[in-house]
Amino acid sequence: MIANLDYGTLQQLWWILCSVVGSLFLFLTFVQGGNTLLWQVAKNDVESALVMNSLGRKWELTFTTLVLFGGALFAAFPKFYATSFGGAYWVWMLILFTFIVQAVSFEYRKKPNNLLGAKVYELFLLINGIVGVLLIGAAVGTFFTGSNFTLNVYNQVTWTHPLRGVEAAFSLFNLSLGLFLVFNARVLGGMYLLNNINFSSMDAFEARLRKSVWINFLCALPFLLYVVVSLLLMQGFDVNTATGVVSMVANKYLFNLLAMPLVLGLLLVGLVLVILAVLTTVFKGSSKGIWLAGLGTVLVGLAVFFTAGFHNTPFYPSKADLQSSLTIYNASSSLYTLTAMTYVALGIPFVLAYVAYVWRQMDSQKLAAHEVVDHEAY
Amino acid sequence: MVDVDLSLVNWSRAQFALTAMYHWIFVPLTLGLSFLCAMFESIYVRTGDEKWKALTKFWMTLFGINFAIGIATGIILEFEFGTNWSNYSWMVGDIFGAPLAIEGIFAFFIEATFFAVMFFGWNRVSKGFHLFSTWMVAVGSNLSALWILVANAWMQNPVGMAFNPETARFEMENFWAVLFSPVAMSKFTHATSSGFLLGSLFVVTISSWYLMKGRHVEMAKKSIIVASVFGLLASAYVGFTGDEAAFEDAQKQPMKLAAFEGLYKGEEGAGLVAAGIINGAKKPGDSQNPFLFEVKVPGLLSLLANRASGSFVPGIDDLVYGNSDQKVMGVAEKMKLGQLAVADLAAFKQARQEKNEGAANEALTRFTANKEFLGYGYLNTPEEAVPPVSTLFYSFHIMVILGSLFPVIFLAFLFYTVKGKIAETRWLLPLGLLSYFLGLVAQQTGWVVAEVGRQPWAIQGLLPVKVATTNLAVGHVQATFFMFLGLFTLLLIAEIKIMLKQISIGPEGL
Repeated sequence: MIANLDYGTLQQLWWILCSVVGSLFLFLTFVQGGNTLLWQVAKNDVESALVMNSLGRKWELTFTTLVLFGGALFAAFPKFYATSFGGAYWVWMLILFTFIVQAVSFEYRKKPNNLLGAKVYELFLLINGIVGVLLIGAAVGTFFTGSNFTLNVYNQVTWTHPLRGVEAAFSLFNLSLGLFLVFNARVLGGMYLLNNINFSSMDAFEARLRKSVWINFLCALPFLLYVVVSLLLMQGFDVNTATGVVSMVANKYLFNLLAMPLVLGLLLVGLVLVILAVLTTVFKGSSKGIWLAGLGTVLVGLAVFFTAGFHNTPFYPSKADLQSSLTIYNASSSLYTLTAMTYVALGIPFVLAYVAYVWRQMDSQKLAAHEVVDHEAY
Repeated sequence: MVDVDLSLVNWSRAQFALTAMYHWIFVPLTLGLSFLCAMFESIYVRTGDEKWKALTKFWMTLFGINFAIGIATGIILEFEFGTNWSNYSWMVGDIFGAPLAIEGIFAFFIEATFFAVMFFGWNRVSKGFHLFSTWMVAVGSNLSALWILVANAWMQNPVGMAFNPETARFEMENFWAVLFSPVAMSKFTHATSSGFLLGSLFVVTISSWYLMKGRHVEMAKKSIIVASVFGLLASAYVGFTGDEAAFEDAQKQPMKLAAFEGLYKGEEGAGLVAAGIINGAKKPGDSQNPFLFEVKVPGLLSLLANRASGSFVPGIDDLVYGNSDQKVMGVAEKMKLGQLAVADLAAFKQARQEKNEGAANEALTRFTANKEFLGYGYLNTPEEAVPPVSTLFYSFHIMVILGSLFPVIFLAFLFYTVKGKIAETRWLLPLGLLSYFLGLVAQQTGWVVAEVGRQPWAIQGLLPVKVATTNLAVGHVQATFFMFLGLFTLLLIAEIKIMLKQISIGPEGL
């Protein structure tokens, strides 16, 4: 059956698959959000250890999902990979540096003789949680605001801004999207910890976490509103299917959402789920908010990626040269590669199944204080 | 011919080399130690002996410290293809991206998922599931090596693809040819088995230190038995796959073989240099002796290269300037055809832009005739196709000499441990203590042979590194180079300090 899929369908399918991985990554940024909560919610060593050990058992999933997101884009949309990573050099380098320092921090933070001291490793985690997520948000924002590149006939990229990608963070829209993701990650981080930790005789700790969910949600709201309203009002990049010519169209993304009611539905349901999760966590004492908010984040993420890539929209538009803009059709791999990769993708449900199984096995009992005091713990 | 900023190319190469070499300090240890941990734990589960559990946990602690920095140094490599080699990423992403994505889907998730069980699941899951998880971490680590090595092998031996002039890139035509190319298989088996070897050396080194200090003697002896048996088997496999790798080099990358053997004039019944000192002043085409001193084993290079002791092995001069008697086409001749291909491709693109289909078809026909030489059209001189000979010669020979020493070390450790005299064999323990570091040298030199030997190509014979780079001002790459150097060095020092502290603490109750 896969062998019979036409090129256009495969290109759409791979945009959906990349969007799923990207959206799962946004959900899994609860690790990054949790990192940034450490100094606010944990007031003693046991509480710190609980936060670190709870997040420390999941950080690799987030990290791996980010790597897979990169790998899937490389395989399915190599022109995007080449253009964006090579062009927006500094924004990606800075994101990578924040993930490099994160990767050792859980393991090394509490180990004796660790050269830098626990506080520095905690600072690394904080940088990862704030700068890393913010810049990822800014990079995703360029799907709508455009980037500064041109491509020649050999598809070699020239970046026309001296900041090589970091300029993305100076757009109010991109910055707002980045800040929204930072606060959303903190909301998710709080909910994950509430779900994962055994709070017996630690009521104050639990109360601080619930409060942090509420405060971070309130902080996220204005940025979310700004992003959504701007998105609906802004000019967008449109590609003419007959001529392939890219031009600017008023309210492009509003029209995309109206033309794709399913995507609009994903966005609305996603937002409602996140809000519902926050309300039940803060006012009803629920510890299952992470699942609702996680699903909500995934749905919102999908809506964002689908709005950027479908309905005759270049997902990686160029401000410098509209005709250099990348669509899922002109940036993709060949028919053969997409077909081969689709066979490979049949394994994804199996991967998700064993990840879920192991998660259940490991987390059926909540993490208790007595488990995080021995020297094997983070 | 192309006019590119060579300092940009060299800084980009330096950055990739730096990050890859740092990464490869940690990865082979992960590949080997993960299996050793799984073996130690299997013995614990089989015997129920708590001492084996303590031993397993000790080696796992060291594994975890190494694993974390392996991940930290690894993430950058995947993205560096895009950031620093964006032309490469576009031109071969259709083929090269697939194994990287598969690595993410099938290997990294196994590691990431089961790693948490291995470290934190002792009291949360059953004994059997824990053991299964430890094995899965080992399998996942080695599976990830498979896919990245398939990708690397494809750079050495590009198969299963064709150049598409419409898109100006190489496109995949046969996934199985990419996956099961003999170069990919020999790369995978050679690199992973060398990791098993290094993991075993690591255990021998630390155990030797304990024996010299008279601490944790029982654990050290138990560990040595398992590690030296595993290391001995791995050594044999490394030798076997190394021979296969050299054979593949001879068939697919004869310039690499000629360079690491310092062979300038090809010959029938060529001898293998057992040891030698390279003449640094020697240039391709001149009449100087390539060696100031050399010891050769007659006929062995021909046997190694072609499985026939009397066969002809082309030298650097044959490959650069051609040898019509032996039907070797020289780089000089390939360059002429390559330059035609480059010009015809440009003419094709131009005609397409001008919508002149007649001219486009004519240019395409001309291009197709010479397209296999496209990459050579970007070289400036025939001598540019020669990689640095002395670097390769010494790297290769150091690797081979060390590779021959390791089985002797394992055998000696196994012998004296089984005889119960290892703690008293004082002459052997310092060699054991040193052995892991020798292993690291062999690992690094091995990759120097593989990657420096591929120069000046990013894709052997098709795409020179200077055409593969991202169009960046060199200052950007210099800045990130020093950021990586500083950060990775800092993390390496932290890792070593933590590791030494854990070794000095030792296992609990043993």
